[in-house]
Amino acid sequence: MQKAVLSRKLSLLFLTPALVFVALFLVYPFFSIFQMSFTNRALVGANALNPQNVGLQNYMDLFDTQDWMRRGEMGHSLWLTAQFVIGSALIGQAGLGLGIAVAFHNRKGLLRELVFTLAIAAWIMPDVVVAFAWFAYLDPDGTLNQMLQAVGLRPQDWLFDYPLLSIILFNTWRGTAFSMLLFSSALASIPPSYVETADVIGARPWQKFRDILLPLLRGYIATDLILITLWTFNTFTPFLLTGGGPSYRSNIIAIYTYEVGLRFFQFGKASAIAVIVMLINLVLASIYLFISRSRQRQIA
Amino acid sequence: MRTLLQRIVITVFVVAVATFFITPLLWFIFAPFNPQVSLAVTIPQSPSLANFAEVLGNSLAMRGLLQNSVIIGVGAMVGTSLVAALAAYGLSRGSIPGRSLLIYVLILFSSVVTGTASMVPIFKLIFDLGLINTHTGVILVMIGGLLPSAIFIMQDFVDSVPRSYEEAAMVAGASPLQIFRDVTFPSMRPGVMVVGIWALVNAWGAFLIPFILLRSPELLPASVTFYTFYDPESGMPQIRMVAAYAVLYTLPVILLYLLINWRYGFRFFGGIKQ
Amino acid sequence: MAMKLRFLLVCVFVFALVGAAYAQDAIELTIGGVSGVEVQWLNETVKPGFEAMMAEAGTPVKVTVIEFSGSGEDLRQQYVLDLGAGAGADILGFDGFWLPEFVEGGLLKPVTELVGDSALEWEGWSVIPEGIQAIMGYDGQLYGIPRGTDGRVIWYRIDLFEQAGLPTDWQPTSWAELLDTARTIQAALPGVTPLQLNAGTAMGEASTLQGFIMALLGAGHHVYDFEEDKWIVSSPAILATLELYETIYVTEELGEVRWQLVRNGRDLSFEAFSKGEVAMLVEGDFFWRGPLAPGTGNYAMANRNEVVTFALMPAREPGAGYRGQDFVSASGGTGFVLNANSDHPQLAWELLTYMFSRDTLEALQQLQPRIRARVDVPIPNDPVMTRIATEVIPLSTIRPQLPVYNQVSAQIQLMTERIVSREMTPMEAMQAYDAAVTEIVGEDNVIRIPLER
Repeated sequence: MQKAVLSRKLSLLFLTPALVFVALFLVYPFFSIFQMSFTNRALVGANALNPQNVGLQNYMDLFDTQDWMRRGEMGHSLWLTAQFVIGSALIGQAGLGLGIAVAFHNRKGLLRELVFTLAIAAWIMPDVVVAFAWFAYLDPDGTLNQMLQAVGLRPQDWLFDYPLLSIILFNTWRGTAFSMLLFSSALASIPPSYVETADVIGARPWQKFRDILLPLLRGYIATDLILITLWTFNTFTPFLLTGGGPSYRSNIIAIYTYEVGLRFFQFGKASAIAVIVMLINLVLASIYLFISRSRQRQIA
Repeated sequence: MRTLLQRIVITVFVVAVATFFITPLLWFIFAPFNPQVSLAVTIPQSPSLANFAEVLGNSLAMRGLLQNSVIIGVGAMVGTSLVAALAAYGLSRGSIPGRSLLIYVLILFSSVVTGTASMVPIFKLIFDLGLINTHTGVILVMIGGLLPSAIFIMQDFVDSVPRSYEEAAMVAGASPLQIFRDVTFPSMRPGVMVVGIWALVNAWGAFLIPFILLRSPELLPASVTFYTFYDPESGMPQIRMVAAYAVLYTLPVILLYLLINWRYGFRFFGGIKQ
Repeated sequence: MAMKLRFLLVCVFVFALVGAAYAQDAIELTIGGVSGVEVQWLNETVKPGFEAMMAEAGTPVKVTVIEFSGSGEDLRQQYVLDLGAGAGADILGFDGFWLPEFVEGGLLKPVTELVGDSALEWEGWSVIPEGIQAIMGYDGQLYGIPRGTDGRVIWYRIDLFEQAGLPTDWQPTSWAELLDTARTIQAALPGVTPLQLNAGTAMGEASTLQGFIMALLGAGHHVYDFEEDKWIVSSPAILATLELYETIYVTEELGEVRWQLVRNGRDLSFEAFSKGEVAMLVEGDFFWRGPLAPGTGNYAMANRNEVVTFALMPAREPGAGYRGQDFVSASGGTGFVLNANSDHPQLAWELLTYMFSRDTLEALQQLQPRIRARVDVPIPNDPVMTRIATEVIPLSTIRPQLPVYNQVSAQIQLMTERIVSREMTPMEAMQAYDAAVTEIVGEDNVIRIPLER
């Protein structure tokens, strides 16, 4: 630990503007949500004027086991979200991002520039534009079906028959760039001598990846996974593509919260969902911190 | 032999990846220039700029793009990078216990709290501040949501700036603010750059916050005026105009990326390293 | 030096702004939540007319029209947030069935409270029938002025009926006849969707009013028993209605399920109808005067008057409909309300009544003929709309004006969706509906009519 340049008082002074923002726009809404989650506060109807304290009622309703897994209920939504996160964040974004980073490791040239530029373009384009692009892409008359027909495959009604797969592909496409960039930076920091030694002893590419690159990348993978898991868990953009349908089959938790809170205005219940989501995210983040800490201890 | 196989595998993989990334965008390459658009990709029989002309003639959409999105984007960029730089400096050079934990908790907060459930308390807060239907309100909320991740990215840059200059300046009797302004801030420019661009891109694309906080059509940014090319009765896109407007709306961020990439090389510098 | 110059410029700019604000002492009035031809009418007729009138009267005002481009759900969401926070335009375009929950939530106030009893002395009330006034009313109080009412019917394509060898002046008298016609079309015209009856959550209220309620009324009762003041949550009629959906979308595939479940399905069905790919579609008269209107509609049909017409929705059997009717229809209505947060409620009310003065309304009637609230504003040369007014409206009934209606309606949409998406059988879906509505309104406020089989 280096000696501090700033006294604690001064460093707090530098932090003040950030703390004001955090207090106003993160902490205040959070406590407001937390407190609201124990009431039957609605924005319309009688419960708007006289909200009552209902204790844990909202939470109990959400975990009502009888209808829990029915379409449009929370259990169903959480199950979809789990598939969505595993499919699009863990396998899709992290897997593909790692794949691209490894494939282009120590390579330069036009193809690398092209792939990187395309992936980054998908990442930085505005929400409404990418949603529309994919809406057109997956339409029964869209580009994807045109390509399938060109190679003799049967066209599909993607958004209707495979809504969850559609948003998983969409979110993979949308967010891979972050993992790709992160892993590229990480790989660039690995001394070339490590890999050369492996070449000398005649390691196979898979062995090289498994025994040399992967252990060195472990910490980065953990960082990457937790960030994209949190982002994917809370992303609302698929709403612009499917609206959560058809028939609730892409009704991930962010869309579910939106429906309860801003369509039916059952604000107490929506707040309870937000608190539950927060707790789930907290657990996921703790697992990450645990892995990350144990790695640091290993290295030390 | 092995290298040949390896090459083939890598080539197939790379081609597949390139295809995956480019095909959803193919439609945007032709559709804007096609006076008769459908959702299928077709090479225009008689390419024209008529769609663009029609979009350029829509003053509401153009004001959204050229004025409102720019104000919100630049506001969020300047605000986020400045506040994050100050905070990252304070965290890096001070002795605040448990700072990495603090940042993770903040990121956790931001990813959940910027979600849909917080829109109601945030709406109320902005209303109480008298900032409903103002760009300032939108910018402040954007900064609040972006800040934790911004500090997270920024602190690695600050950590990598050597302290010897600051210590020299301190010995010479400069105040902490002077040191920050004249010594540290200039050397952490790449970090400020990365965070600023990242904030700009986020604010440029954001839909829900301006949609909920703004009312007057003349204040709406492009993400919301995008929907003026949808039919109001039922929400069906007028795809000719959507195609052209989407290109105009996206072009600035793509150009910005190409510029940054060419000038600095777009990557995580020291960022995200543990 | 440069710094000082910049400061000076900023000062000049600020003073200019402040000066401008002071010079313009006209009171600003805003109208929000409008779109389409109404924006044109407000800007070209109402604004100049009202501003001139008020300037002459010595109270200069400036009218601003805020166009809304989004769905009805989006608009309702903005209103909930705005009104809850004490904001919003002075006059708001509003859907009648939103009223009860807004009033109960304390988001709206009666015009008599905002303007005083003088509001009841407006000349227009005498020419607006009480049933129509009630569209913008709740619990005996008025909150604004309705645009007018509408009716729901079966729109059909004369040209497709000809091709299928069906009579062109078609009028089914029972569900069996309706389904037989659909089957004839299915056999004769491959590629044409015979019949579209709205279902599902994606279409929102359109599924409830244009779909479920239209069919249910034909099976004998409404969703609410107005004599007992209770919701009917289980009955032979509900089951029959759900079985009708099952026949159309599941067992015989007479309708296109996709349009009932995807987000833009309603438009896809409108578009397909305009292209001659749908033969029959149950919709409100909005379909005729809006999307299909030659020249101005999104799916404009130049030959609309020749190839499109309507039939009345038949009861399940003659005489088996609501109130013993042979044919049924459901009506809704929209209008404008006064915002309780307005700084100038008196002026806003004057503007609203100006909008609904006979001359101003006639200007709008030229842009879009429909049934207006005022009986002294007739429908100009549109025989179809005239028939809606004379033949359909007398048969029609409205939704229960109750605060929980929206929540029940959402359950109705879900119930129909469960059938057409094959998630549940009609019986299972009705039981789930029963349970959900009972939870919303309470066991004391529901009735169940025993099933006979």
